[in-house]
Amino acid sequence: MGSTRSHLRLGRKEAAFPALGKGCGVYRDRQCCFPEVTADTAEVSYLPVSAPGAGQDVGRSCILVSIAGKNVMLDCGMHMGYNDDRRFPDFSYITQNGRLTDFLDCVIISHFHLDHCGALPYFSEMVGYDGPIYMTHPTKAICPILLEDYRKITVDKKGETNFFTSQMIKDCMKKVVAVHLHQTVQVDEELEIKAYYAGHVLGAAMFQIKVGCESVVYTGDYNMTPDRHLGAAWIDKCRPDLLITESTYATTIRDSKRCRERDFLKKVHETVERGGKVLIPVFALGRAQELCILLETFWERMNLKAPIYFSTGLTEKANHYYKLFITWTNQKIRKTFVQRNMFEFKHIKAFDRAFADNPGPMVVFATPGMLHAGQSLQIFRKWAGNEKNMVIMPGYCVQGTVGHKILSGQRKLEMEGRQILEVKMQVEYMSFSAHADAKGIMQLIRQAEPRNVLLVHGEAKKMEFLKQKIEQEFHVSCYMPANGETTTIFTNPSIPVDISLGLLKRETAIGLLPDVKKPKLMHGTLMMKDNSFRLVSPEQALKELGLAEHQLRFTCRVHIQDPRKEHETVLRVYNHLKGVLKDYSVQHLPDGSITVESILIQATAHSEDQGTKVLLVSWTYQDEELGSYLTSLLKKGLPQSTA
Amino acid sequence: MKLHYCLSGHPTLPCNVLKFKSTTIMLDCGLDMTSTLNFLPLPLVQSPRLSKLPGWVLKDGSTFLDKTELLDLSTVDVILISNYHCMMALPYITEYTGFTGTVYATEPTVQIGRLLMEELVNSIERVPKAQSASMWKNKEVQRLLPVPLKDAVEVSMWRKCYTMPEVNAALSKIQLVGYSQKIELFGAVQVTPLSSGYALGSSNWIIQSHYEKVSYVSGSSLLTTHPQPMDQASLKNSDVLILTGLTQIPTANPDGMVGEFCSNLAMTVRNGGNVLVPCYPSGVIYDLLECLYQYIDSAGLSNVPFYFISPVANSSLEFSQIFAEWLCHNKQTKVYLPEPPFPHAELIQTNKLKHYPSIHGDFSNDFKQPCVVFTGHPSLRFGDVVHFMELWGKSSLNTVIFTEPDFSYLDALAPYQPLAMKCVYCPIDTRLNFIQVSKLLKEVQPLHVVCPEQYTQPPPTQSHRTDLMIDCQPPPMSYRRAEVLTLPYKRRYEKIEIMPELADSLVPLEIKPGISLATVSAVLHTKDNKHVLQLPPKPPQPPASKKRKRVNDDVPECKALKPLLSGSIPVDQFVQTLEKHGFSDVKVEDTAKGHIVLLQEAETLIQIEEDSTHIICDNDEPLRVKLRDLVLKFLQKF
Repeated sequence: MGSTRSHLRLGRKEAAFPALGKGCGVYRDRQCCFPEVTADTAEVSYLPVSAPGAGQDVGRSCILVSIAGKNVMLDCGMHMGYNDDRRFPDFSYITQNGRLTDFLDCVIISHFHLDHCGALPYFSEMVGYDGPIYMTHPTKAICPILLEDYRKITVDKKGETNFFTSQMIKDCMKKVVAVHLHQTVQVDEELEIKAYYAGHVLGAAMFQIKVGCESVVYTGDYNMTPDRHLGAAWIDKCRPDLLITESTYATTIRDSKRCRERDFLKKVHETVERGGKVLIPVFALGRAQELCILLETFWERMNLKAPIYFSTGLTEKANHYYKLFITWTNQKIRKTFVQRNMFEFKHIKAFDRAFADNPGPMVVFATPGMLHAGQSLQIFRKWAGNEKNMVIMPGYCVQGTVGHKILSGQRKLEMEGRQILEVKMQVEYMSFSAHADAKGIMQLIRQAEPRNVLLVHGEAKKMEFLKQKIEQEFHVSCYMPANGETTTIFTNPSIPVDISLGLLKRETAIGLLPDVKKPKLMHGTLMMKDNSFRLVSPEQALKELGLAEHQLRFTCRVHIQDPRKEHETVLRVYNHLKGVLKDYSVQHLPDGSITVESILIQATAHSEDQGTKVLLVSWTYQDEELGSYLTSLLKKGLPQSTA
Repeated sequence: MKLHYCLSGHPTLPCNVLKFKSTTIMLDCGLDMTSTLNFLPLPLVQSPRLSKLPGWVLKDGSTFLDKTELLDLSTVDVILISNYHCMMALPYITEYTGFTGTVYATEPTVQIGRLLMEELVNSIERVPKAQSASMWKNKEVQRLLPVPLKDAVEVSMWRKCYTMPEVNAALSKIQLVGYSQKIELFGAVQVTPLSSGYALGSSNWIIQSHYEKVSYVSGSSLLTTHPQPMDQASLKNSDVLILTGLTQIPTANPDGMVGEFCSNLAMTVRNGGNVLVPCYPSGVIYDLLECLYQYIDSAGLSNVPFYFISPVANSSLEFSQIFAEWLCHNKQTKVYLPEPPFPHAELIQTNKLKHYPSIHGDFSNDFKQPCVVFTGHPSLRFGDVVHFMELWGKSSLNTVIFTEPDFSYLDALAPYQPLAMKCVYCPIDTRLNFIQVSKLLKEVQPLHVVCPEQYTQPPPTQSHRTDLMIDCQPPPMSYRRAEVLTLPYKRRYEKIEIMPELADSLVPLEIKPGISLATVSAVLHTKDNKHVLQLPPKPPQPPASKKRKRVNDDVPECKALKPLLSGSIPVDQFVQTLEKHGFSDVKVEDTAKGHIVLLQEAETLIQIEEDSTHIICDNDEPLRVKLRDLVLKFLQKF
């Protein structure tokens, strides 16, 4: 009896509740390589990479999150700036202790850009992962096409070996489960994920990862301002324990989009007017459509005749994806698509290689966007020598690419075969990347109300600035791990239990109007059996255990000096108590006794001294406080004034 | 307390209301339009023949609502829509009843529902209205009307058709949801739409709390047509499964009907006749066009034009192509290529299928016979179909093929008799039949099944077919129109959260092997129907300098309940303990039920029995407290 009593915590650390201590076990079983892991944490760690300094740029996204014992990989990107092993994340960090499939509960891909999904076939087919991979429908549709395109450039054109094959891309995509927006996907019994609209490119999504009452939100890349073809990112007030947000434009508050667009159109227009050619290197999907819509409407309005082309293959196909996934575009396009599909361009025609040598002005959208290979590079070489021409880089260029070189002012480029290319054409940079700027990031934090924020996918200096801003404004902890670093965030979840409806109703019935100043205590018994926790009334607990109640009763004799008759004394006591105990039910019963709630008071004359009355105050242990108070109150005697 | 109100007598166009944890949820609001069959067709041009038909009333511009005032519709918190056919009465509810809640539906349901409403409003509004009568609704007048109007029930409930602004207002109250999205209603109830496999965006609904689960199955299909397959697994472990929207033609096999449709169509066209297909602008028509796409070349019909005439024909064809995520796997794969999921895109491109908003304008120029015309409304009472019935009815070369199962084709044709045109009835209803239902119920095993009474008995015309009813154990609970059911389950528990600080303070005690107990005294906070237990706040320390002036400052603030006690007190050990604590004159007397322990000097008496202890003493608080604590040492607390 009582011998095993010890102070047990219900929190996770000591796992007093077996069901809740699970997280701990998972790590031990798998002999995870993480540094010391406390069970009550949502843990986030960057996958370490062999490339030194890679953590400082926007090259590649691949994040590992451990939450309540579940391990989830967020994105599986590759680095565009490298052509060797460094382009893929180093998965040996995980595999040194076993297979990926055993360790990871699922993989989530936020959108189709290669810096977020480019390493996927390598990861699943070459390193080996057979678990589920989640992405939205448009991402699932477009991702394999970009992967195949990327593979072709790397293997077929550059002749690299030891790269994933077409078949591997297909096999990898078979492991993909497509998710709807806002659909709650039950990965297993405990782990669920939910996608939110991110607006960065077609099908881009933010993901909420939830286990029990702990949750993490991963934004991927997102855009908080709607543009010409996509809507703005949106999330509900889901109050995650941790928000992992991209921070590409952490310090920028970009000038108004209208200004940028006007600038862009002006430059294109001027070049075309003076008979020059405009090259716009783009990635097939994303900004290409935004700029096409922009130019299309401008050409329409200005009644311009100069031809606009987009390079064959991908972009044409890409527009088709936009038509079929029109429900993912912005409200306006969705509303009017029956009358006029914004992705059916009147002025923009498919490009043929021969057109590049045509005389006269033209505008050409060509892939890829960083001028590192393919058609855009070919056209660039043809046009670079003429100062009438112009190249407009509408997005970020990774170090090492031709795009990056010309943007950093280089005008003499060494091409293959030691050829020197002199760049006389005008070079313009115009940021049309659909990333949230600092304002947008703050806005998202306001929407989601996270308890902690973690910045990724940005440059260290800019992130530091944003981190301070976030901590100041929202008073939440903000982290910015370097590549390969593990961040541990402590959560303190409350514990869900089942309460018997009888007990709950009894409690809510008494206190219909909650009083802030006088909180009412509820009393129950928490029964813990086989990992189930039930809060029941003490009576029910006794009954379920087959035990009888033991009643502990006290009866105190209180002596009062009062010469009056017994019933008069009783009446005086009654009036006195009634006056003092305003919040309690005090009753004078016909048999001459008094009750205060369930406490009984009877008066008898003292056997020897008629001037003394004996009050018998009787209460059970459950009324201990009140009983004890009553005796001390009565001991002080009755006030003289009462008649 | 879960009440279930049935507001519609039509099992395929249900309108039920569920009261669940103090939330009032309307499940669907179908518009029963079979009563339009009581009226004459609305021709574009006044036809002397139609106006002179005996036994029929000519009435324009009305359509009808089947609702009763069983409950105040303004108290409805949310409306869950399962498919676009089941939302046609929405404007009547959201615009006429004071409804202030939210409507939930999937995006395809809303978009296509809008098209259906638009078509309905358009085809009724464009007909010139001579006058509008309402006298006939009067009971006295109705009595004088010919059969069947005389016998029609609830005529006063028949309403005029809503207008486009009302439709727009109603649709603006809809919140879009995706399959398997968990939607919290007031923190008390969670509702989730699941794919039902019947139409684009069609859904079944799970309505659940932590402890109860009600599944609402409405218009589901296990056949593979164009929509995403039905999600059956999520229906498992239901306490109650409400089953509506089964097939209206349980004896017809949809596949066979499609075959018959194609062969009849081919035969008529080959003989130089025209084919009229009265249909809705969305749904089965997509499947029919797909079948024809595969069929026309082999049947040598490549030169026969197909016309789809509806004010929303173009929109319907366009919308069907953009809901990739709501389509079956094969069609999704096509979108990934990227190709349009439905082959009617190619039919349009190759000019085999042409669509027109109405028979006016371009259509009259392009019109070539023989041809196939798809147009509405399937009741043959309004829409362009009326015109084609008049135009083609006289020739036996032509054929009208009925594919929609909602209306009796004989009733639909009645005002057009005598008719030389061939009539073929190929009702295609892909919703569950009774064999599929019993398979489904075996699979998902709900504790109780609730369904319209029509499903618990064989159809009236085939009373021997006992296989055409729901067969399950326990037998289904049935409801009829305007009936209220109390659903048979009771919950015993509710979820509550214990805050970590409180959890840390609890002291679990193992009472029996494997069972631990902890007494919890905590403050209950309830907000938005969520319950949380927190540590009681620390009593504020009264400032030491301040003297208590009033005696009732002392009154215990909270009626803090003490735990229950259990166990018994071994007298010998108790006496030893007393002695150890300095009571030297302890005397024990045996009684019938136990013992009396006497402390003579202190004039104190302790009665100890199996299940009770009674301490009787003078008003000596320190002594009493000391004795109390000694007794408590021997007892367990609960």
